[in-house]
Amino acid sequence: MSETLASDRPQTPMQAIMDPASRADPYPLYEQLREKPVWHEPDGSYVISRYEDVARLIRDPRLSVEPQNSPRGGQGLSFLNMDPPAHDRLRRMTMRHFGPPNDPGRVEAMTPALEAMVTSLIDAVRGQDRIDVVANVSYPFPVTVIADLLGVPREDEPRFHAWAEGIVQSQDRDPREPGRRTESAEKAFQELAGYMFDLISQRKGAPRDDMLSRLVNDDGPDGVMEPGEMISVSVLLLLAGHETTVNLISNGMLTMLRQPHLLQLLKDNPAIAPGFVEEMLRYEPPVHFTFRGALCDLDVGGETIPKGSALQLILASGSRDPRRFERADTFIADRPNNQHLGFGSGIHACFGAPLARLEGQIALKEMARRLVNPRLLQDPPPYRFNPTLRGPRALPVAIDGVLP
Amino acid sequence: MSAPCDVVIVGASLAGLRAAEALREGGYAGRLTLVGDEPHAPYDRPPLSKQVLSGWVRPQETFLPRLHPIAGAWRLGVAASGLDTAAQRVDLADGTALDYDRLIIATGTRARPWPVEAEAGLGGMHLLRTLDHAAALTAALEAKPSRVLVVGAGFTGSEVASACRDRGIEVTVVEQGSTPLAAVLGPVVGGHAAILQRRAGVDLRCGVSVTSLFGDVQGRVRGARLSDGNVVEADVVVACLGAVRNTEWLAGSGVQAGPAGVPCDAACRALSADGAPTDDIFVCGDVSHFHHPLAGERRIALEHWGNAINQARVAAANLLRPGSATNATALPAFWSMQFGANFKSVGLPSHGEQVMIVQGALETGRFVAAYGRGGRIVGAIAVNQAQWLPFYEQQILAGAAFPPDWRVVDQPQGATPQPAGFPGATPGAAYAGA
Repeated sequence: MSETLASDRPQTPMQAIMDPASRADPYPLYEQLREKPVWHEPDGSYVISRYEDVARLIRDPRLSVEPQNSPRGGQGLSFLNMDPPAHDRLRRMTMRHFGPPNDPGRVEAMTPALEAMVTSLIDAVRGQDRIDVVANVSYPFPVTVIADLLGVPREDEPRFHAWAEGIVQSQDRDPREPGRRTESAEKAFQELAGYMFDLISQRKGAPRDDMLSRLVNDDGPDGVMEPGEMISVSVLLLLAGHETTVNLISNGMLTMLRQPHLLQLLKDNPAIAPGFVEEMLRYEPPVHFTFRGALCDLDVGGETIPKGSALQLILASGSRDPRRFERADTFIADRPNNQHLGFGSGIHACFGAPLARLEGQIALKEMARRLVNPRLLQDPPPYRFNPTLRGPRALPVAIDGVLP
Repeated sequence: MSAPCDVVIVGASLAGLRAAEALREGGYAGRLTLVGDEPHAPYDRPPLSKQVLSGWVRPQETFLPRLHPIAGAWRLGVAASGLDTAAQRVDLADGTALDYDRLIIATGTRARPWPVEAEAGLGGMHLLRTLDHAAALTAALEAKPSRVLVVGAGFTGSEVASACRDRGIEVTVVEQGSTPLAAVLGPVVGGHAAILQRRAGVDLRCGVSVTSLFGDVQGRVRGARLSDGNVVEADVVVACLGAVRNTEWLAGSGVQAGPAGVPCDAACRALSADGAPTDDIFVCGDVSHFHHPLAGERRIALEHWGNAINQARVAAANLLRPGSATNATALPAFWSMQFGANFKSVGLPSHGEQVMIVQGALETGRFVAAYGRGGRIVGAIAVNQAQWLPFYEQQILAGAAFPPDWRVVDQPQGATPQPAGFPGATPGAAYAGA
C-alpha cells in the first residue's frame, strides 16, 4: 500500500496501523480494532484482534500459512511458511538440536556465555555519558548469540546484517503485490542463501560444535535434510534470531525508562526477571501480527470469512485485550495467569522462545543493575519501518556512569 | 438448611483433596475431615503406570501438589464402612464414627481383582491401582523377570506392557477384544495400538482370554493357559481387568449406589431412594455416575483425572452456595503414554457409531481420529497430534456435523467414515485406567 493512495480514501484502523506515523504507539488503534471482532479490509483481508479469537484461530487447523493459501503471508521462510506434515517434519528435525527431548539443557547451558556477552557489551560503554541501547546492546547481543549458536562467523556480521535488513524491512513495501518480496529483498535473500550454502558445505563431514554442523551431519529418525531445506532453515533461524529479540530488549528498556519504578523494581529484585520478561512480551511484544489463509469458510464473531481469504491475526492487540487481561494497558511485573500471545501459539509458536526469554532476562537485568541513572533522550524514539517486527531504530539514553 | 460447619469428605485421592481445597478457597471456615482407606497422603495415579513403572519416578515421588491449605483432620488408613443419612453419620472400619452436616463422597474405584481366589493369591500376581501396587510391581520388574504376562489391554495394561519393554523385559499381552484399547477407542485406532505394541516387541494375543493360571510348589505363579489352547509361561502376571466402584459402604444408606457408581445430578448432588437430589450429600470423581449432554439418556462414569478435579470443584461450590455450579458443560478428556506415543482424547469416542481419520495418517503414527454419532461429532483422539485437540473440543461443543465438512491442514485424501466397531453398549461402561 502506498502512502499517497492511503491518504486518498478513508482509513481503516488497520490502514492507519500500517502508516509509519503510527509506529510509536499503535495501541490506541488496536483498541479501535477490538471494537469489532472482524474487520473486512478494502484489500480483501480480514483483521482479527480480540484475544479469544486470535488465540483460537492461531490453533485452528482450517488456517494455512502456505503462500498459495495465505495471500498476505511471507514466503520461503522454511517451516514458518509450511503446513503439516512438511512443517512438522522440518521443525522436528531442527528442534532436535535445540532442546528436549533430544538435546535438553542446551539453552540453559548457554547462560554463562550469554552473561559474559552482556557484561562485555556494557563494559564497552564505560566512560560514555550517552549510549544507544539498540546499537550498544539490543542489536549486537542476540545477533552474536544466534551467530555463535549456528556457527556463522561473528566477523561476517556486517554482511548478514545488510541482507537481513534488506529482507525484513522491505516486507509489505511492494505496492503491487503485498507479501511478495521486492526485487532488492529477493536479491538480499539470494545472497544470504548463497552465503549459508557455503557455510553448510564447509561443515559437511567436518563438524564443529555448532547447529549448522549438527543439521548437515545429522541422520535422525526423520532422515537427512535436503540442502535446500537446510539453507532455508538456517536463513530462518538467523533472521528470526536477530530480528525479534532485538526488539524485545529495546522495547523492554524503553518501557523501563518511561516507568522508572520498573527499572528500580528489576534492579532491586533481579529474581523477578522471568515474570518481568513475560509481561514485557505481553505489553510490548517484538512481533505484532501473523498471517493465515482460510482453507474453508469460517465463522468468526457471527461473520463468515470465505474460503481463500487472508487473515491478519493481531497478536499484540490480543495481548492488550481487557476482556482477557485485567488492567491490560498497565505493566504488572508479577501478572498472574499471563498467557500472552508474544510468541504466538499453536504449531508455529516461536521456535526460539526459550532462548529469547533467557536473552531478554539477562539483558534487562544487567542494564537495570549497571547503568547509573539512565534517562531517555528522545521520546518516542525513531522506529523501524516494519509494523510487524516492531521496534526502535535507535534508543538514545543519557547515563551517569556504569557500575562494575 | 443451616450453613455448613462440619464437612466430611470420604475419599482422600485427587477428587477428595481438590474438593477440600476448593472448599477452603471458597471461604469455608468450619470443620473439615478427610477419610482415606489408604495410609498415604493424596497422590497422583496416572504416573503409576507410566513414569513409576519405567523407573523415571519413584513411587513416593507422586504425592499431589497442594494448591491451598486445607487445615483439616485426616483419617488415613481407615475405610468408611457405613452411612446413616438420617443421623448424618459416617461409620468407619475401626469402629469410630464421624458426624457431618455435609458429606462429599469421593471413594473412587479399586482394581478389579483376579476372579479366581486361589489363583489371585499366587506369588507374582499383581494389580495396578494404588501406590503400594506400583511399588510392588516396580520391585518385581526390577528383579528382571523372564516374562511378564499382562491380562487386559486397556490403557493400564498397555502402559504396563510399554514399561516392561522400556526395561527390556519380555512381555505377553492377552486381550479378549480384537485389538488393544478396542473398548475405549474402537478397533480402527486400536489396530494402530496393536502395531505399536508388536513393533516394540510385545507378544500380543488378541481375541483370547486366560482360562486358568498355574503356579509352582512354592505358590509362585508360573504361567497361564489360554482359551485358544496355548500356554504362556510367565513369572509375573499383571491383571488389568478394569475397576470396581467403591460403593459397598453405601448399601442401605438411603443414597442410591450400586456397581455402576453413585448417581448424581449436574450439581454433583447424590440422589435419595426416590430419585430426588439430596441437599447435604455430594459426589465427585471416578465413583460418580451422571448424565452428560454428549451421552444422551444414559448415565456415564468417567475415570478421568480432569473429571475428578472438575467435579470436585462443582461439588464444593454447590456445597457452599447451592446452585452455583454445574458439571454439564465440561468435556471429558484423557491421555495415555505408551510405546513412545501420546494418546489424548476429548469428548466421548466410545459413544461414536463411526470413526474417521481427519488429520494425518495411521501409517505415520501421527493422526487425529474423529468419532461421530447421529450426524454429529462426539469425540476425537489425537495420537502424537495433541496440539489440534482444542479445535476438536470446540467442534464437539458446537455440535458440528459428522462427517465433517471443513478443510484442514494435513487432511488425508479420500478419507471416509468407517464403523466405529465398539462392542455393544455396556451399561455404566467406563474407560479402563489412564
